[in-house]
Amino acid sequence: MDAGIFSAAPALLILGLGAYAIFARDVFPALLGFVAYGLVLTLAWVQLGGIDVALTEAAVGGGFTSLLLVRAAARLRASRVESAQAHVGSLTRLGATLGSGSVALALAVAVLALPEPPLPPAPEVAAKLPSTDVANPITGVLLAFRAVDTLLEAIVLLLALIGVWSLAPDRVWGGRPGPRYDADPDGVLAFIARVLPPIGIVVGIYVFWVGADDPGGKFQGATIVAAMWLLALLAGLTDAPPVSRRVIRTLLVAGPLVFIAIGVLGVVRAGAFLAYPEGWSKPLILVIEFALMPSLALTLALVMAGPPERVADRESP
Amino acid sequence: MNAITVYGLTAAVLIGVGLYGFIVHPQPLRKIVAFNVVGSGVFLLFGVIARRGAAAGFGGDPVPQALLITGIVVAFSATALAVTVLLRLQEETGSTTLASPPPPDFEPAPATLPPARNADA
Repeated sequence: MDAGIFSAAPALLILGLGAYAIFARDVFPALLGFVAYGLVLTLAWVQLGGIDVALTEAAVGGGFTSLLLVRAAARLRASRVESAQAHVGSLTRLGATLGSGSVALALAVAVLALPEPPLPPAPEVAAKLPSTDVANPITGVLLAFRAVDTLLEAIVLLLALIGVWSLAPDRVWGGRPGPRYDADPDGVLAFIARVLPPIGIVVGIYVFWVGADDPGGKFQGATIVAAMWLLALLAGLTDAPPVSRRVIRTLLVAGPLVFIAIGVLGVVRAGAFLAYPEGWSKPLILVIEFALMPSLALTLALVMAGPPERVADRESP
Repeated sequence: MNAITVYGLTAAVLIGVGLYGFIVHPQPLRKIVAFNVVGSGVFLLFGVIARRGAAAGFGGDPVPQALLITGIVVAFSATALAVTVLLRLQEETGSTTLASPPPPDFEPAPATLPPARNADA
């Protein structure tokens, strides 16, 4: 399987881009380095056999995180804030070099000293996977064996959204997130924002649907769907809804609530929180997936849209 | 040395480089980038361990891989929150420095003009 050291060529690129993101003099070049870094990292994940992880990294790690950072940098620069160039003493630099250098060295030694042969829990997953009727082992782990992680993950995302909203100034509380974006209605961005979403939404739902048996899943699919909405938002084709709208809040919590309800059902019917009764794994996993997907897409989209910045002047018709 | 080990060493270096940036950079945005580089290094290291655990027909051990997906989403949540705090800080104080403000009795000497000349003008 391993074609030798050359198959790790992306590793060099990752190291170079990662170092550039840290050591570049200015913020914008560093961020561009970081964007490219996220993309190349996706290749590494494919090579490491983690197609599901690669999809997540490309969508969430590379795509959404980069968009957040670039937009923040643009806003900070637009307001002409000269970020105070606090002087970092050479002693601090020396200490940081020594500290981070020894951390890296210790980890490298640990990597070289990993036990041979490895002791994976994979055979256990392989043995128990048929009982869930799910063919993608990662989906099996995410929704059957370690479902509580997935539940907490969805809740962490929701908490992040609450945190983001809480940072809105009082006067715009419950208003519309972000500025109203304006783009040339005949420009390239508006054109793409009209052409791409129908395709993107189908791709997102496809990635979600095949997640049971093939690489993909609700998070990756939800990210793609959310990205399509963001595209239309950034092109000025649509406006973000006021976050106080009841429909939105209901949709946000619906997914996690269904998940928790099924978990509690497990206490009654199967003897443990999030345990599925015999023979009910696949239908219950499907219910959870279908309930979580819209909630996740909306949560991701609203986290990206940011805190409310405008008073909801009028309710849309 | 095979490709998997190379990725393991890459991850170790990324964590070190990111940690250095996290300590040294004064601007919060750069710190957030560095935090993400450290995070992806940790994920990559975990991914290497998942790949080593490939068995039973899987491309990698599915347990760490599933945790990685969770981890990436949680890291994104933390980054989104950090970026929003940063933008609010800038909106509120007009600067994004993390340096502590000068003590209240601190008097910036050169900024004040002698009172006598002020009165003449």
